[in-house]
Amino acid sequence: MLDLLWLVPALPLAGALALLAGALRFGKRTTTAIGVGSAGLTLAAVAAILVQYAGMHGETVARHVFNWISAGDVTVDFALRLDPLSAVMLSFVTLVGFVIHVYSIGYMHTEGDRAYARFFAYLNLFMFAMLTLVLGANLVVMFIGWEGVGLCSYLLIGFYFDKEYCAAAGIKAFVVNRIGDFGFLLAIFWAFKVFGTVDFAGMATALAADPGRYAAAVTPIALLLFVGAIGKSAQLPLYVWLPDAMAGPTPVSALIHAATMVTAGVYMVVRCNFIYRLSPTAMLVVAAVGGVTAIFAATIGLAQNDIKKVLAYSTVSQLGYMFLAAGAGAFAGGIFHVFTHAFFKACLFLGAGSVIHACSGEQDMRRMGGLAKKIPVTYWTFMVATLALCGIPPFAGFFSKDEILGRVFAAGAGNLNGFGASYLVLWALGLAAAFLTAFYMFRAVYMTFHGEFRGTPEQWHHVHESPGTMTWPLKILAAGSALVGLLGVGTAITFGTDLNWFESFLHRVAPTVEVEHAPALATEWVLILLSVAVALAGILLARRFYSGAEAFAAPQRMAERAPAVYAAVANKYYVDEAYDRAVVRPLGKLARFSWKGIDTIAIDGTLNASAFFTEIAGDLLRFLQTGNVRNYALFVLCGALAAAAWLLL
Amino acid sequence: MRADLIALLPELMLATLAMAVLLAGLASGKARHGLLGAGAVLALAATGVTLWLAAGATDPGAHFFSGMFVLDHFAIFFKALFLLTAALVVLLSHDYLKRNDYRPGEYLALVMFATVGMMTMASGVNLAVIYVGLELMALSTYILAGYFRREVKSHEAAAKYFVLGAMSSGILLYGLSLIYGATGTLDLATLARVLASAKPGPSALVGVALLACGFLFKVAAVPFHVWTPDVYEGAPTPITAFMSVGPKAAAFAMFLRVFIGGLAPLAASWIWLVGVAAALTMIWGNVAALTQDNVKRMLAYSSIAHAGYALVGLVAGGPAGVNSVLFYMLVYTVTNIGAFGFVILLESRGYAGETVADYAGLARRHPAAAFGMLLFMLSLGGIPPTAGFMGKLYLFAAAVNAGYVWLVVVAVLMSAVSLYYYLRIVLQMYLREGDGAEPATLVAAPWTERVIWACGVAVLVIGLLPAPFLAAARAMAGAVGLL
Amino acid sequence: MNAYIPVLLFIVIAIAFPLITFVFAWILRAGRYDPIKLEPYECGNPITSEAHDYRFSVRYYLIAVLFVVFDVETVFLFPWAVMFRKLALFGFVEMLVFIGILVVGYVYAWRRGALQWV
Repeated sequence: MLDLLWLVPALPLAGALALLAGALRFGKRTTTAIGVGSAGLTLAAVAAILVQYAGMHGETVARHVFNWISAGDVTVDFALRLDPLSAVMLSFVTLVGFVIHVYSIGYMHTEGDRAYARFFAYLNLFMFAMLTLVLGANLVVMFIGWEGVGLCSYLLIGFYFDKEYCAAAGIKAFVVNRIGDFGFLLAIFWAFKVFGTVDFAGMATALAADPGRYAAAVTPIALLLFVGAIGKSAQLPLYVWLPDAMAGPTPVSALIHAATMVTAGVYMVVRCNFIYRLSPTAMLVVAAVGGVTAIFAATIGLAQNDIKKVLAYSTVSQLGYMFLAAGAGAFAGGIFHVFTHAFFKACLFLGAGSVIHACSGEQDMRRMGGLAKKIPVTYWTFMVATLALCGIPPFAGFFSKDEILGRVFAAGAGNLNGFGASYLVLWALGLAAAFLTAFYMFRAVYMTFHGEFRGTPEQWHHVHESPGTMTWPLKILAAGSALVGLLGVGTAITFGTDLNWFESFLHRVAPTVEVEHAPALATEWVLILLSVAVALAGILLARRFYSGAEAFAAPQRMAERAPAVYAAVANKYYVDEAYDRAVVRPLGKLARFSWKGIDTIAIDGTLNASAFFTEIAGDLLRFLQTGNVRNYALFVLCGALAAAAWLLL
Repeated sequence: MRADLIALLPELMLATLAMAVLLAGLASGKARHGLLGAGAVLALAATGVTLWLAAGATDPGAHFFSGMFVLDHFAIFFKALFLLTAALVVLLSHDYLKRNDYRPGEYLALVMFATVGMMTMASGVNLAVIYVGLELMALSTYILAGYFRREVKSHEAAAKYFVLGAMSSGILLYGLSLIYGATGTLDLATLARVLASAKPGPSALVGVALLACGFLFKVAAVPFHVWTPDVYEGAPTPITAFMSVGPKAAAFAMFLRVFIGGLAPLAASWIWLVGVAAALTMIWGNVAALTQDNVKRMLAYSSIAHAGYALVGLVAGGPAGVNSVLFYMLVYTVTNIGAFGFVILLESRGYAGETVADYAGLARRHPAAAFGMLLFMLSLGGIPPTAGFMGKLYLFAAAVNAGYVWLVVVAVLMSAVSLYYYLRIVLQMYLREGDGAEPATLVAAPWTERVIWACGVAVLVIGLLPAPFLAAARAMAGAVGLL
Repeated sequence: MNAYIPVLLFIVIAIAFPLITFVFAWILRAGRYDPIKLEPYECGNPITSEAHDYRFSVRYYLIAVLFVVFDVETVFLFPWAVMFRKLALFGFVEMLVFIGILVVGYVYAWRRGALQWV
């Protein structure tokens, strides 16, 4: 079965090609069979592969598919690599991916046949690209997947391309990602120059053999790779595209912009942990960007009224946590949060989709309320996922978030790489973000599901539970949100007994960077209780502000008292405006200058001049081409004589 | 004797089937286009299978017919390429012949006879055998160029091609006889030995020069290219497509075999001759193409320029150079056949009445076909991710590694110039609206369209995944004994 | 080099033969001319026009080319017939193939009407 590893990306690709080859003329039934069928087959293939792989004790399996580029001494194989890290990613990408394919059957059923087929073609193509990214055995194959998911993201954000803001959001996502990709590309070139290979195993071997030789190159490569990760995983300062990306259909937001694609940056950093662990500076940068993003995005989430925007900023914030973990050396912890987050955030987005579906397309929470009675399945699954996100035990998010905070604190207390104080500050930021997370999530729950309905009576009359193709995915993901945390129960929780299966599974490829003085068990328990307490505090505050008779009164007063602060938060700190001023407009001016000034006058001028002379030469040659066969014969003869004379003389 | 016949079996078979097609065409008149075309394609396919079997049954290093004929990897690569070319041209011709109402029998048979000649050229290791193959190919193409006998331009093309071709054959033969006189042999291996052992006299040198002239005429290199624009413009378009790839590739096969193989000891003398011819060819072809308004003429000059690029690989020599020429021939074949296929689709308004202006606005009216043409133009211009880019890359890399940087500089500069006229067509198709009351449209020609599709896919696949094709070319040129 | 002496002899004879013929004719003939005698010989028919003015039908050339083809065939058949016993079965089959190809051409020419004088 392991020899069939290539099938994993090939199956969804075949699905996408079949849908495109059908010129998108299939009916809904055929499209569903192909689109969802290929996702299902992929899931089955992955399940079979993972069952076999489970017995292999975390060995690395590399499969060479074909020799792709070979020019001079550059050889890049299209090779796939299965190790514990990619196995974990495979498992949830295909599972969540399949579930969301199923969900889309119901969610997209109102679309026309062609749009429906286009949607599934893109979704399958995305699965192909994502699986290529995950399985790539070298940076170049990974980069193909990386660009592929970016392309699919662009296509799906702009799915309703006839609406201008959707098309604009797609372009924004693409352009911002290109900035990150540029860094990634530079890192690949640099790595090739330094290591002579871009193969992960090859680079790791080279580094392990002689770390001193590559000392100077490690930090720049790590930082450039991280620039790529910042773009793809929406971290400061390149996070701006992700909230806008919510213009795409909700299943897309769930699959691409919450569960899988945006975590690619974290995956890449962990995949390259053999580089990062050698560069304390890069580690600190990763942790700092992650920590600051976590709190920054969480504050914006406080004042959003669009239910999907809340979730989007929450995603940015949670991705920050993952980088914070990686930066503190808890690579397995970061991936664990990627894993649990995939379940509960996909569940939240799909739940939000179900809510929007129920409210006939309404996304503004100010015109919702009291929906719990009418759509109970959505409500309860949303609730489970929210509790998981807030870090309430025993739901999944608790274990992963607690693991991260604990590790960051340990890095601070144990003075990791001599940056102890910085890590302690980052820990405090993370804790504060946990509070804000609990607050804004329960604000969303109360505004959406509790209280009185604030929309029109027609809307209320129309509210209905979604069909089974939509609620079953919700139930599956909610079960996942509740349970998958048990795979990685921290050692402190079990009083020192090591039940952390997740971390020991990943230990071979992404070992955690241990600090010398681990905190005592008592300290760890204090930390655990502290994080739970903080989450509970956030929940209670949200309950006071947004439920009961006094609902909305307190936040209203606060907004009135500090209008400037409220405006700043509600307008997302004016970051988009600032970028527009600082980057977009100057670039526009530069472009206009290049066009009118440099291009038209200087370049075109030179070109036109040279073209003019070339054309004259062309006319001269034309003159020689008389059409008279005797002249031609003379020409040939002269040529022959000249050639003979040349060789003789 | 038995082994000899097995090695020659593909040629024997194709020649026999060509005669069968000729007679079948006689019996069925002009009504049976589809049947005869299918027969010709099947015959070419069957020959391909035979080639494969014959290659498996013989030793690639062995010599047949008293050392005059080989079936090495080099020959197999070219033969497969010729069969592919012929099959594509037959498919391309189907709708065109029908539309213009010309008999298919002789036409198809002549294409097949020319292919037999080309295959013989690729296998010959004796100058006489190569010459016989060359003449079989040339005579067939002379007739094919004039096949549209109701068109004055077609007559003109055939007459010019024949007169100048005969003259070049004369020059070539004179060169051959001088070489034979000086060395006493026509066998390439013996020739190499004799030339290496003693300093060649003036008659041998003049012989080599005249031989080079004859070969340069066949690949249409400057200054022996003069026939090309007139002949390419006047000939029926599928035949133009055929001439621009098949006989050209065959000429390169014999050029490589004779010069890199047999005349290797004299490389110091001829390499500058060929190098300068390559540079002149690239410059002249590209510059002259700039001012052409007739697309067939423009493509004729473009094919002159491409012969110049391929000559760069010949000058580079060595396994890398030979390999790159082989690969380039494959790339150029699929690209150029596709491009001419598009021209055929457009030739709806009278014979060969296709100016650049006719392309205005085609992208809107025929998006799929126009996209194919865009691919072919990019590939001819050498822009990634098309096959043309990879082809040029390997040619130029081989030349740089062999130390001919000046030649590569000329080649790259001229590639930039070539973009002007390739993109002019793209510009017309995509950015201009057709003026005039009656914009040009494409005719419905299903088989031509299929060939365009196939070529388009090939251009992209080779451009994106060059490795397997390169590996094939490398395996073929790997055993560059060539003798 | 000695192998080429017969070729040289052949060339010399080929040049010498017409020369000698002309010289003998010049010595032997009586030099009495009249306009009728100076006319080109056209099988006894009266001349209708100058040769320069008259266009020959392309069929002359077609027939001439076909004649050359079969002429060459005969040239090839002669040495084969002489060596027939020595070449044995192989030579026989070879010649059958050769004639077969010619027959294909002949059938083609015939069927396409190349032999008809319209």
